[in-house]
Amino acid sequence: MTLTAKPAAARPAPDGDAPPAASARPARRRNLQTWIRGGGLWNLAFLAPMLIVFGVFSWSPIVQSVVMSFQRTNLVTTPEWVGIDNFVNVLSDPNLGVAIVNTLYFAVLALILGFPLPLILAVMMSEVRRGKGLYSALAYLPVVIPPVVAVLLWKVFYNASPDGVFNTILGWFGIPPQPWLQSAATAMPSLVIEATWAAAGGSIIIYLAALISVPPELYDAAEVDGAGIWRKLWHVTLPQLRGVLFIMLILQVIATSQVFLEPFLFTGGGPNNATLTILLLIYRYAFQNSLGGDYGEATALSLMLAIFLGLLSWLYFKLTERWSTN
Amino acid sequence: MKSPRSIAIAGIAAVAMVGALSACSQGAADDGKLELRVATFPPGADQAAYDAFAEQEQQFEELHPDIDIVGLEYEWTAPTFAAQLAGGSLPDVFTVPFTDSKTLLENDQLKDVTDELEELGYADKFNPIIISEVTDADGRIYGFPRQAYANGLHYNRDLFEQAGLDPDQPPATWDEVREAAKTIAEKTGKAGYATMATGNTGGWQLSVQADSRGAQLQEDNGDGTYTSTIDNDATKATLEFLHDLRWEDNSMGANFDLDWGSINQEFAAGNIGMYTSGSDVYTALVRDFGMEPAQYGLTVIPTEDGGGVLGGGDIAVMPPTLDDETKAAAVEWIDWYYMQKLLDEDAAVADAKALAASDQAVGTPVLPVLDRETYDQQQEWIAPYVNVPQDQMTGFIDGIFDQTPVGEFKGQTQPIYALMDNLVQAVLTEQNADIDALLGQIDVDAQALLDE
Repeated sequence: MTLTAKPAAARPAPDGDAPPAASARPARRRNLQTWIRGGGLWNLAFLAPMLIVFGVFSWSPIVQSVVMSFQRTNLVTTPEWVGIDNFVNVLSDPNLGVAIVNTLYFAVLALILGFPLPLILAVMMSEVRRGKGLYSALAYLPVVIPPVVAVLLWKVFYNASPDGVFNTILGWFGIPPQPWLQSAATAMPSLVIEATWAAAGGSIIIYLAALISVPPELYDAAEVDGAGIWRKLWHVTLPQLRGVLFIMLILQVIATSQVFLEPFLFTGGGPNNATLTILLLIYRYAFQNSLGGDYGEATALSLMLAIFLGLLSWLYFKLTERWSTN
Repeated sequence: MKSPRSIAIAGIAAVAMVGALSACSQGAADDGKLELRVATFPPGADQAAYDAFAEQEQQFEELHPDIDIVGLEYEWTAPTFAAQLAGGSLPDVFTVPFTDSKTLLENDQLKDVTDELEELGYADKFNPIIISEVTDADGRIYGFPRQAYANGLHYNRDLFEQAGLDPDQPPATWDEVREAAKTIAEKTGKAGYATMATGNTGGWQLSVQADSRGAQLQEDNGDGTYTSTIDNDATKATLEFLHDLRWEDNSMGANFDLDWGSINQEFAAGNIGMYTSGSDVYTALVRDFGMEPAQYGLTVIPTEDGGGVLGGGDIAVMPPTLDDETKAAAVEWIDWYYMQKLLDEDAAVADAKALAASDQAVGTPVLPVLDRETYDQQQEWIAPYVNVPQDQMTGFIDGIFDQTPVGEFKGQTQPIYALMDNLVQAVLTEQNADIDALLGQIDVDAQALLDE
């Protein structure tokens, strides 16, 4: 299974010593004619709408935001070119350190809790003989609930008063009410629990699909060799899912690095910045100042985050290239 | 790339383009009338509010058959306002708080209305402190101040009674507030006292409570620069007060992430004994949050050590992009909808009647935006239609003109309020919060914002 996209740097370097331009010209013209005769123009005509849509709605905002990261602008008055000032300001903001630590904390917690859980559930569900569809539907249900509704629902659960839903349940076991979102110590884990609940369904479906593709002969062979359920899991299932697991891991790292919805809706980054994440900080740069925001600093930080995540992904694929492909 | 996604994207693009094209025709309704998009209520107002607005809309359109009023839900919040402004989705007439008007007009983000105001003939009737909020260095005016308020102490009369306190004798000092809060929490199990803590409102109300103890949070150096002075004894006393209510008396309940909307909701639901907020919030409490009028009480915020009461208000303005025709219509609307009821007996009576007929609040305590004489006169005109329980607000109505009014600090107001949110959150969620260290740090952070 080869899910890994080859990074650009792994391709052979473009020829610096290509044939001289003069000798290349006739070949190119012939190629062009062949291309037109082969229906190239039609292909282009079919591609054009998508290229235009992507250009206008996807790539031009990206280019614009790169330009904006070097400007002071509130999108209303004329932008002013400020060079790398935005980057310097962002990097010297004491909140950046807080946001990075918080984001890492969220990512690590989400990894510990959120990464193995869907896999375990998927393996358990794949073993179920009857009612598999029902379990899949139940597992996927949280994904269907609009995220904002889910957060509002969990806010009710997390109500810190003794008659809040979770606190009432804890009360049955004699555990005192917890402050959940109201304390710096419990706020972040509370967000992670909700985020895991909300996202697990999607991962479960992917793992279930991958589990189906594991050849049954491997299990049969393992059984013949006397392997129990754990050994089958360890020696057959996990190695077979290796490619999917690697992809899911990097996707999760990228997703958790960009966590925004939960801290924004649950706590607004509080209490006292305990759940301020990098994306929330970007949002604050852009929108906290009611008079137009500092979009330059917001895009500067976004750009740095994007580059960091790009490098991380590249490095990850580089390092795991050998393991993730058979 | 496989097609479903690109089809979806192309579909979205097509919808966006159709939307953009239809937006081009905005400003001209089908029947040739000029379409004027005006801010109405925050999302969630009840049907009666919309009925009252519909009646006023009809009255205006009868007087101005060439204008079609389109009421849009609108709520000023610091974060969304910036997006609306940048995205061009603001109504043609909307309101901004005093805090933001100065910077907006300095950035050329508001429409100049000096000539129109002079033509209307009441430019010089405004309270001078208030009109200065929308006047630039050249004396040009950029909006119509339409409503002013002072902060007050709102209290729940039912909870006072349940706790054995006299709702007609609300607390007059901060110590009495603490005592009452403790009693309410002990006797009723509800939060005796609460304060806002998120979305910049924590900073706003910390500022209100510190000012009442004599704080000055910022120094205007007179040359366009400001010095942060949040770290002072009065701010410290306020934070210690909140800390003691929270941790020593346990009288602030369990929710410490309240903002303007959620604290109103909790108060209207009878879960909070007292809190500080603008004196004009009664309308929202009853209309949008369903509070029983009989439960409501309002008095002045206790002041000590030469402290004053922080006020505010808002201004009816237009985006700078309006064409002349729409601007003229917008001025007509602002004059008719917001201003005439303050100036003209017939308009004041008609407005009060329309509101009262749809069960909307008439007589919510506000402060004069025009001169005091005009204000008193207007209060007389609408007296027969007053339907808010003013006898439950006597503490405020009788006391407010004896208090010293204080304006919000001018430099980086909202971003510094955001920083101050953290102070409030820290003392309410960490028992061992180091108030001195937090205060020391905030002056550094606020000054960095002021020096930008």
